[in-house]
Amino acid sequence: MRNANGKLNGYRGRKPARYSAFDLVRYGIRHGQWPRVWREHDLSPTYDVVIVGAGIHGLATAYYLAVNHGVGRIAVVDRGYVGGGNSGRNTAIVRSNYLTPEGVRFYDRSLDLYEHLSADLNFNVMFSQRGHLTLAHTDASLRTMAWRAEVNKVEGIDSSVIGPEEIKKLVPYLDTSGRTRYPVLGALYHPPGGTVRHDAVNWGYARGADARGVEIHQSTEVLGIDVVGDKVTGVRTNRGRISTPVVVNCTAGHATLLSDMVGVKMPVITHPLQAAVTEPVKMFLDTVVVSGTLHVYVSQTDRGELVFGASTDPYASYSMRGSLEFTEELAGHILELMPSIGKLRLLRQWSGLCDMTPDFSPIMGTTPVEGFLVDVGWGTYGFKAGPVAGETMAELIATKKTPELIAPFDLARFAEGRLVGEKGAASVGH
Amino acid sequence: MIRIPCPFCGPRNSNEFAYKGESKRRPDPATATAEEWRAYLYDHDNPEGWVREGWYHRAGCRRYLKVERHTLTNEVRSAEPAVGA
Repeated sequence: MRNANGKLNGYRGRKPARYSAFDLVRYGIRHGQWPRVWREHDLSPTYDVVIVGAGIHGLATAYYLAVNHGVGRIAVVDRGYVGGGNSGRNTAIVRSNYLTPEGVRFYDRSLDLYEHLSADLNFNVMFSQRGHLTLAHTDASLRTMAWRAEVNKVEGIDSSVIGPEEIKKLVPYLDTSGRTRYPVLGALYHPPGGTVRHDAVNWGYARGADARGVEIHQSTEVLGIDVVGDKVTGVRTNRGRISTPVVVNCTAGHATLLSDMVGVKMPVITHPLQAAVTEPVKMFLDTVVVSGTLHVYVSQTDRGELVFGASTDPYASYSMRGSLEFTEELAGHILELMPSIGKLRLLRQWSGLCDMTPDFSPIMGTTPVEGFLVDVGWGTYGFKAGPVAGETMAELIATKKTPELIAPFDLARFAEGRLVGEKGAASVGH
Repeated sequence: MIRIPCPFCGPRNSNEFAYKGESKRRPDPATATAEEWRAYLYDHDNPEGWVREGWYHRAGCRRYLKVERHTLTNEVRSAEPAVGA
């Protein structure tokens, strides 16, 4: 296969065929080398669109630009590697049971896209709608859950408040006895919520974008953005200058640093959020369990590991190192919920960066600098929004009209006092 | 782990402290425009590098400190009483 970008220099001689059961048998029997999933390219001097950040948001934007709008020359640049940032550091949970109607509509579109993503990308993203439980430990949080359930129902989302008996049926290992410090009083149950394999989403979008002529440039750091007048004219990287009329900031976590290059002030503070996994054990937990009060969420992967996430660290930092305080607090809280897993050992812990906005909603759209677009402020909800963010940002870039779905999330809302207080975000204690 | 050399208590773990963050001068509510007020509320520097920020030693001497910290490495260079700073 030869496409508009010229020679195929990374596929090891084989075209990137569609994956099929036949291929699985063929490569299995012959122990053949699978074709590489995406290519490497020399940096061209000009592109129509340069997307900074090769994570789910950047790659999805590039993918939908190419697929839905046929935009020609697109480069995705990243100073690290594909999916090496927060797209590979999140806890891979998807749901749409948010609190604001704007948020519910937006995240539900994302869930719709995730449902068909494996087929769209011809890449198994291991989408699993195993159900999502947000526990309530106080009367106040039970009231918030009821509020959320009603907003969800109005928007057509499967979401309801259930009591301890029903919770016990779904998660037998949960301590619902009521004899704990924070007794489980009820939960917001969201059956369509679940998990997706985040690496597969990264690789699937990268492969799909590459097959449609998008150039993915890894180890390409943006050093500066050229602005003439109020217009973006190009990007300076460690591999040379690119001239382009459109730069998209998809670097959630490092959003401020890139926006500072063009002088656009971001109402964002970067906080680390730590996560951990245990050794793999037999399947015993087939729902996602979240407790806002205890600042912990847990799910079991298909390999059998328990994945834990917590609230954000209480200070601003770009450090991605783990801390002992986190492990101690996590262990205490998770054992209160599930005392029977006390003998499980933690395998590893890591940290991702959350760029927190004042209203727990993202910042998407245009900025005062023409040609500089942002898709940032993803706090603790970036992974679940990946597909819809890509789809809507692509529409915005191609049509120059802001899609209705993301209109409430523009940067100007802070100056104009139109905040979207999303108290259904994971980082909000309730 | 961040260790803060409290001038009153000696080196202590950061989980004894409450993080106060970037300190900004509050505009006069009587004269500030809506833009100034919103910039004060929402705009932050959020740099990757050395910052001077507030920490409150809530489980210790209960004093406010001005701490110099690197936001990428979490290294703390100095901590001094915030009074008068």
